[in-house]
Amino acid sequence: MGFGHEHEIHKRRFGRNVGLALVLAAFVALLMGLTMVKISNGDLAPRPAQESN
Amino acid sequence: MSDASINTQAQQGEASFGDYFALLKPRVMSLVVFTAAVGLLAAPGHLHPLVAFCAILFIAVGGGASGALNMWYDSDIDQIMTRTQSRPIPSGKVTREEAFAIGITLSVMAVIMLGLATNWVAAGLLAFTIFFYVVIYTMWLKRWTPQNIVIGGAAGAFPPMIGWAAVTGGISIESVLMFTLIFMWTPPHFWALCLFMKSDYKDAGVPMLHVTHGRAVTRNHILVYTLILAAIAVGMAFTAVGGLIYLTVAVVMNAIFIVGAVSIWRRSDADCEADNHKREKSFFAFSLMYLFLHFGAILAEAALAPYGLGGW
Repeated sequence: MGFGHEHEIHKRRFGRNVGLALVLAAFVALLMGLTMVKISNGDLAPRPAQESN
Repeated sequence: MSDASINTQAQQGEASFGDYFALLKPRVMSLVVFTAAVGLLAAPGHLHPLVAFCAILFIAVGGGASGALNMWYDSDIDQIMTRTQSRPIPSGKVTREEAFAIGITLSVMAVIMLGLATNWVAAGLLAFTIFFYVVIYTMWLKRWTPQNIVIGGAAGAFPPMIGWAAVTGGISIESVLMFTLIFMWTPPHFWALCLFMKSDYKDAGVPMLHVTHGRAVTRNHILVYTLILAAIAVGMAFTAVGGLIYLTVAVVMNAIFIVGAVSIWRRSDADCEADNHKREKSFFAFSLMYLFLHFGAILAEAALAPYGLGGW
């Protein structure tokens, strides 16, 4: 017996995949936003080298 | 393959997205989000709104991850207790291995991301919170001592401290007091629940105070903790996060809370049975509002401060 596409298993698997895809997309967007904020705040700027006497 | 076998596989082998989300204990997470947000917003200093959002999100994810690890370790007793039988592992929707993998992965990710987004003091506190909840409370204290909820309650008390540290990069008297408020609130809140819960903990072999020492001793403990809590809650009004609004809320709420605790302390088991634990149930429900209003008042003080209305 084959599995119909409308079977509960497929619905759950599809829902899980969509959910995970959305979470990953949101995480990537968040990382990008966070990086832009950090750059604009100067948090990621290289520290000036200490002058030696 | 019969329909029956397909359905069994569907129920046990194919969890939905919601089942995995349930591992993170969303209801507990909402308290974590709220108290962490208050700690973050009340702290002196400023965070970019997106960084603040990320900080609260990663604190919530860390809290959720510790919930998944708790469900992984406690799946044996979750199967016994009625309250927890519908959780993803005992109901057969998610395996223990999956819960463990999700818990560990999200824990590491949340700590690293919080450190990168804010600072490593906040990240360190989050890591310690997860360690405390999973190892100290879940693995050690919960099944060993009737004081489990007292010491284990510390795990739930850390979020406002982490939120505060995310902004300031450190710990202060105000953040310690916010921690202490939740720490002292947890025992009376949870013991009140235990007084009207049926013998779930006894069946699971968890040494809750009312199981090991009886209900009368539990009532005494509720009263003592409520009195200490009141002193801390009112005292916090005179720190930098307090003000007239907070003081008013603290005085009124603690007066009602003490009256409730005294009322419970005076009752016998027969009284409780007679009215089906009416006062214990109302005390428990009030305790939720108690915490919400205290932190809500701290938030109000912080929100009104720029307009010259909050604080002293």
